[in-house]
Amino acid sequence: MTTTATEYRLCELMICAAAESFAGNGEVLATGIGVIPRLAASLAMKTCNTDLMMTDSEAWMLSEPNPVSGRNLNEGQKQESWMGFSRIFNNVWGGKRHALVGPSQIDQFGQTNISALGGTYRQPKVQMLGVRGFPGNSISHANSFYVPAHSKRVFVEGECDVVCSIGYNAERLPRGYSFDDIDIRRVVTDLCVMDWCGPNHQLRLVSLHPGITVQQVTDNTGFEVHAGNELTTTAAPTVEQLAIITALDPAGIRHKQLSDNPMGDRR
Amino acid sequence: MNKIVSAEQAIAQISDGMTVGIGGWGPRRKPMALIREILRSDLKDLTIVAYGGADVGMLCAAGKVKKVIFAFVSLDFIPLEPYFREARQNASIEVMEIDEGMLLLGLRAAAWKIPFIPTSVGLGTDVIKNNSDLAVISSPYDEKDWVAMPALKLDVALVHVDKADSRGVCQIKGPDLYMDDWFARAAAVTIASSEDIVESDYFSSSDEARYVHWERSETTAVVHLPCGAHPTSCAPLYGFDVTHFKTYNASVKEGGFGPYCDTYIAGKDEQEYQQAVGGLDKIKSIPLPIY
Repeated sequence: MTTTATEYRLCELMICAAAESFAGNGEVLATGIGVIPRLAASLAMKTCNTDLMMTDSEAWMLSEPNPVSGRNLNEGQKQESWMGFSRIFNNVWGGKRHALVGPSQIDQFGQTNISALGGTYRQPKVQMLGVRGFPGNSISHANSFYVPAHSKRVFVEGECDVVCSIGYNAERLPRGYSFDDIDIRRVVTDLCVMDWCGPNHQLRLVSLHPGITVQQVTDNTGFEVHAGNELTTTAAPTVEQLAIITALDPAGIRHKQLSDNPMGDRR
Repeated sequence: MNKIVSAEQAIAQISDGMTVGIGGWGPRRKPMALIREILRSDLKDLTIVAYGGADVGMLCAAGKVKKVIFAFVSLDFIPLEPYFREARQNASIEVMEIDEGMLLLGLRAAAWKIPFIPTSVGLGTDVIKNNSDLAVISSPYDEKDWVAMPALKLDVALVHVDKADSRGVCQIKGPDLYMDDWFARAAAVTIASSEDIVESDYFSSSDEARYVHWERSETTAVVHLPCGAHPTSCAPLYGFDVTHFKTYNASVKEGGFGPYCDTYIAGKDEQEYQQAVGGLDKIKSIPLPIY
């Protein structure tokens, strides 16, 4: 028996929606970068896909996800193997991984950017992190995206300033590759859930968060989003899911991730 | 063979224009005392290869760098490295920006003495568009594109380890050795700073020997530098110094690197540096980060 929660925060709705990305993935390494993505992967490992694998964000694989808050070093953790940074690439290039990451820019092709904004390669206007592992992740395994503030600054017109990950872009497709070799799954934002299953891998609206309109989504996206007839409302968290989320985040740092920590139902 | 030298003697093996690889990862187990010795030297025009943090930022700020080969430069809890950012936005350095895994492949190719390693990583992205010296090639075995990641041959590698003997047997017992073994193997000269110098018998038991990740033939010089990773971490001995990193990060807007360097590094030896940041005991008591 599951009971739908009557009151919940937007961060919790997004955690549950993002956790769904891992359902049916089987035994893959789930990597959620950031508090909400990590809670989503952890919730998935405790509910919809108990075969998932996870690390401690450092050097060990865990059989139980670590809480994201309220932990002290003496508590220990449930380790199942060593997993130093060099070994991560053995997993990545083998493909048994699904990363949930928060890019600074996402374009119509599902290409993303965390490297730099504006300017040139020699002189960016704003230097950010660098491409990190995005090129390798994007051509090796499944990826989903988390966007805390859905806007045209994130969902940019044209192409990303620096294309860090391969997407569904015919112009950049390498010789011998097809779009089937690229695996971009969900996009969970503060407005909606989307995927790349529109016509010819166009970004497609899957569900709207309670109280959000299609207009709000299209107004805040710098390119066309496919909105078909199968559009639903994002499912509210269950009481059981909220209990697991609270146990994974006893200090409640999830409530500090979104500006003003809005309620999940904005009707 | 006795490989123990002073930091100054070790750094004297580096010349202007050399390619220097730096072990560690972001704010973790960086050979910072060796970096400080470079900052005190006249070295210039270096090409730096690193999973970068303040090591890269400080070298850029001090004008030691011609080019950086990197996938990221970050202090982790402070995502953007202030002086690397400044150097990039002023176009004062050249770059080769590549994927984290490509950097590993480049080090492996250098270690194995092969010209490149084929990979799919980088295809479809600006990594291959922006780097004219990265070739996309055909394979004799299929009809697909492959990126030929070139060997990243290092003139010198700098790493920080937990324990070493005078022959260059180095131990890293922390949870992750990062890519330090590959940095050591990719380099003609490897300089290891070490928390402790031990007798060779220390490594006799399997429990100790198994944390020696490369052969002593890959280590050229050993420098005894307790807490030599500060302000980065050396798990499990000490964590990274959040307070010091905040001071460092703020310095970019409060007069720049000059005053920071004058306060902590310029004209000071390592003991004086340690006193300026609170002393050895204080560094050793810095808690490990919890993720």
